[in-house]
Amino acid sequence: MRFVDEYRDPAAARVAVRRITELAEAGRDGVPYAFMEVCGGHTHTIYRHGIEQLLPETVELVHGPGCPVCVIPMGRVDDAIALAEQPGVVFTSFGDMMRVPGSAGSLLEAKARGADVRMVYSPLDALRIAEASPDRQVVFFAVGFETTAPSTAVTLLRAQETGVRNFSVFSNHVTIVPPLKAILESPDLRLDGFLGPGHVSTVIGNRPYEFVARRYGKPLVTAGFEPLDILQSIVMLLEQYAQGRCEVQNQYTRVVRDEGNPIALAMLQRVFRLRPHFEWRGLGFIAQSALALSEEFADWDAERRFELPGIRVADPKACQCGEVLKGAIKPWECKVFGTACTPETPIGTCMVSSEGACAAYYTFGRLHRTAAGLAAASS
Amino acid sequence: MNGRGRPLTPEGRQELVLERIEAFRRRRPRLTDEVVTLAHGAGGKASAALVDAVFLEAFRNEALEPLGDGALLPLPSGHQLAFATDSYVVRPHRFPGGSIGSLAVHGTVNDLAMCGARPAWLSAAFVIEEGFPVAELAALAADMAEAAAAAGVTVVTGDTKVVDTGAADGVFITTAGVGLVPAGRRLGADRVRPGDVVLVSGTLADHGVAVLLARGDLDLEADVVSDTAPLADLVEVLLAAAPGTRWLRDPTRGGVGTVCNELAAQAEVAVVLQESSLPVRRPVGGACDLLGIDPLYVANEGKLVAVVPPEEAAPALAALRAHPLGADAAVIGRVAAEPERIVLLETSFGGSRIVDMLVGDPLPRIC
Repeated sequence: MRFVDEYRDPAAARVAVRRITELAEAGRDGVPYAFMEVCGGHTHTIYRHGIEQLLPETVELVHGPGCPVCVIPMGRVDDAIALAEQPGVVFTSFGDMMRVPGSAGSLLEAKARGADVRMVYSPLDALRIAEASPDRQVVFFAVGFETTAPSTAVTLLRAQETGVRNFSVFSNHVTIVPPLKAILESPDLRLDGFLGPGHVSTVIGNRPYEFVARRYGKPLVTAGFEPLDILQSIVMLLEQYAQGRCEVQNQYTRVVRDEGNPIALAMLQRVFRLRPHFEWRGLGFIAQSALALSEEFADWDAERRFELPGIRVADPKACQCGEVLKGAIKPWECKVFGTACTPETPIGTCMVSSEGACAAYYTFGRLHRTAAGLAAASS
Repeated sequence: MNGRGRPLTPEGRQELVLERIEAFRRRRPRLTDEVVTLAHGAGGKASAALVDAVFLEAFRNEALEPLGDGALLPLPSGHQLAFATDSYVVRPHRFPGGSIGSLAVHGTVNDLAMCGARPAWLSAAFVIEEGFPVAELAALAADMAEAAAAAGVTVVTGDTKVVDTGAADGVFITTAGVGLVPAGRRLGADRVRPGDVVLVSGTLADHGVAVLLARGDLDLEADVVSDTAPLADLVEVLLAAAPGTRWLRDPTRGGVGTVCNELAAQAEVAVVLQESSLPVRRPVGGACDLLGIDPLYVANEGKLVAVVPPEEAAPALAALRAHPLGADAAVIGRVAAEPERIVLLETSFGGSRIVDMLVGDPLPRIC
């Protein structure tokens, strides 16, 4: 593909892998480095291109909390289903939210029972549905980090401008910095650095991560989403260790600016307000980690327009997603992994989306032993 | 290998967990849902579970059990009759390259062709929503007639039902077809051996992406045309050039990734694909990248995946490429003994990954 092939060049990959191997082995007498890729998009790239098989055993990637689908707690899914089942409501959602289980089934099952649930690719599609069916109440299930929040904001600004009243947003937008802090605060933390979220950083910039290096002494490199971006970011992290530095760096300079996108930030400021608390699946309640609609947009807030059950549903006890997310245990070390918790019947957040650490390990884990050897033998 | 007596080192415990997953994967998926959801129609694990628990349970017999594209039935003459059926609910009814009418003919003709049969006769049943324009129905019938003539089949019987507004999405079509398998022709996963070569007759994902874009909810414009086409003629050409052909499948719902998984499971082999060899048109690959979908899982309606013995790979590829429907044919991988039941993709980037069965898919109806 044009403009993409240069970031997927196998020869360049081999060079990067050699550099990673040298740096990682020289550094700590073979004690492995554990780096967390914060963003689900990175996890996807890592699996899609088989990057883990290219890395030496001295570098280990830990999959972080940056999958917006995975972090939505069961109670919020229940609220979404309750909204979808109200008479006259057209409930719109991104496709990958539809399979996520609440305490009594998913949106897909609610749809099968007769709720009008429609998959959309953008909140603007939901607004268009509202414009086309003025006799229905159209609700958009907004999820995602600062990456998708601006498109929800644009949609709300347009709804306000055009006076569309039968449209509302059920906001579950979350912010990236508080969960990073929560992970860094955890006593069983076992991480040596971070691949910072590329897409989120196009909006918020690189500065908000400074505390990671300054206060917690862990390097962070904001990374792009092509496979070479990932490898180059790992090289940059290892070079920091080799040179005794600990900094926040930007590998994704072709897109991310230090100050972010001021227009998008101003829009977020106007349309949203920080919630005092929000529950994250697997991580529990995190202060000021999510966005609700601001007073100016109260009329478009589904949480104010409709009566919601709002019942908190505890994460299943046996589930150890929190520890997996912090890199404290491996997916297979969780008590329910592969038995009660599988991609078909997920219990915890990490098994829900294909970008989740456990789902990825469930699907690809066996590859490490058998298949990697086979692929090596055949090439 | 079992866990008894093995010291519980971390490696040992990890091995145990992996074995447990392996055992779980070998089991046919179980149906735990109380209602049918769209995931049960997506061709992945949920579909298999539904078919097993409900239909196989009710109808179990020798001809049905292989769950192939069609059933093979022995005739007193010693020939085999191939019999296949399929329903078509695609939305929109018209898309670049075809319509629900042409698809209803091609889909069933291709199911027969994949059994090695020469398709001969079709039935067509229509469930029509009241209010559907007659002119549109006539146009769809004309598409079917044209497709049938091109495929060398005749529509010999049919049925018409009209239902209330809202009870069907305009029109649903069900076709069934029969054809004869020439004497001595035998295709099946049981004939597949390590070392065999996997070919595809052309570019991947054209149909699924064309329909997705034709729905117009994406605000994406790209020049993508469905590949819907009858494959019986291409199969004859292939079998003439590669008489040792082991196995054929048309990668419709679930795409090449899904049929390769079915092959790996049925033949108890590994299928190793090379990402760099997968033919994908540029706009199709671009649209898939944007939407975050993998062309390996997207439907095709005019492509076949063939497994041939290694010595016949070159003549098979040449024969496919000489046919207008196979111009972009390619060798995409090979069959290996290990790891059993796994489809492995060697990525262009130099890594490798497993191509698993889809658990469910969020794509709209495409066939």
